Amino acid sequence: MIAYRVHRDLARAISGVENGIVEFPAALAALRAQGHGPSAHRAAVVGITGPPGAGKSTLVDRLIEGFRAEGDSVAVIAVDPSSPFTRGAVLGDRVRMQRHAGDANVYIRSMASRTSGGGLAPATRDAVRLAEASGFDIVIVETVGVGQVELEIVAVADLIVVVTVPALGDGVQAIKAGLTEIADIFVVNMADRPGANRTAIDLKHMVRESHREIPVLQTIAQDGSGVSELLTAIVAKRADDDGNAVRAVRFEVVRQARDRAVAAALAALESPDAVAVLERLRDHAITRNDAIDALMRILGGPVHAY
Amino acid sequence: MPIKVLVAKPGLDGHDRGAKVLARSLRDAGMEVVYTGLHQTPEMIVNAAIQEDVDVVGVSILSGAHMTVFPKIMELMKEREVDDIVVLGGGVIQEDDVPKLKAIGVREIFNAEASTEDLIRGIERIVAEYGRDRSRREAAGSSDSTQAGAR
Repeated sequence: MIAYRVHRDLARAISGVENGIVEFPAALAALRAQGHGPSAHRAAVVGITGPPGAGKSTLVDRLIEGFRAEGDSVAVIAVDPSSPFTRGAVLGDRVRMQRHAGDANVYIRSMASRTSGGGLAPATRDAVRLAEASGFDIVIVETVGVGQVELEIVAVADLIVVVTVPALGDGVQAIKAGLTEIADIFVVNMADRPGANRTAIDLKHMVRESHREIPVLQTIAQDGSGVSELLTAIVAKRADDDGNAVRAVRFEVVRQARDRAVAAALAALESPDAVAVLERLRDHAITRNDAIDALMRILGGPVHAY
Repeated sequence: MPIKVLVAKPGLDGHDRGAKVLARSLRDAGMEVVYTGLHQTPEMIVNAAIQEDVDVVGVSILSGAHMTVFPKIMELMKEREVDDIVVLGGGVIQEDDVPKLKAIGVREIFNAEASTEDLIRGIERIVAEYGRDRSRREAAGSSDSTQAGAR
């Protein structure tokens, strides 16, 4: 059983990290000091991703219901996009999950994606680990509606469910490039719509080409059809989670390395040498390409010829 | 960091067009707005406010049920030890009831004549003078070591 007090302390720990008020280790230590959750506790982290409007939130609502029926406690981290212009966001994923609002064993947290373009928020990974440390058995992470490149969920989830819908333009095309490489389970939601079988068959063909064992399931999240099969598939995949740890760690190392490189580049652009180069560009004394070459040299990185 | 607001619509009000327009306006003012849909009970509103750790709960009531809904919300927030979260009221609320609502801790009432601009400026002002200090709340949370009911 999760106590209501845990919700408050977890919520504030997440905000602390999200807003840069506390570092993650301190937030984790504070939660532990509050006595929430056994220290060796390990949660199963299920990622739900797919294009906008595929029914991800409704499916999450059904999964909550299913896991609760098994007696598992569930935390949900649902990410919605921030406006790049105002930094504001409307976080509406809860609307579909409100019937669980009175259940102390269900914790639902919306996060704005803020500066991240990878389908999650910068603090999502930390939020997942804080929810785990608070004793939740299952952590579901719902990404923003994604296309082909927002794959940060790889670094966060043990298991990834890619949700699509029939005849989404060319539904399969929409998720082809990146998402198929990260899917552990495919779901064709809204399977009562025309074209569902076609979409499922296309996905199965793709799966065969990929030489991976990826179930392709059909659901109608709205009425719950197919959800028990999805739950069974999730539980079965959980049992053999070997390759995913390697994949997640590789992805996270690349992500952190990239963040570090970006931070270094931004810092280098503030240096007197770089400022001088930019001054010369502003005065039209050098071309854009000259400026890029000069700045890359200052950074010490490889110089690309343009 | 952006101000985080819960826009809540309790009771039997039949549509949420106004609440959705409001949510978008607050977003455009740079806020992160949690929207929970129609027919919220006080319990659902308070639970969402806790889980989302919002700075402000904005409760919009047009149905006239404010004198039952607000006391229940304030009571639950006290009980769950989150009465540091700012509660604002909006909608159709009679002048006579405003002091009563303020007396139980509702920080401000925006009546039907208030513009979206008034509301945005009001939230920014109230948060600036009162609600923004999350580090204080953080400290209050961690020094409080009650473990009743922890698993």
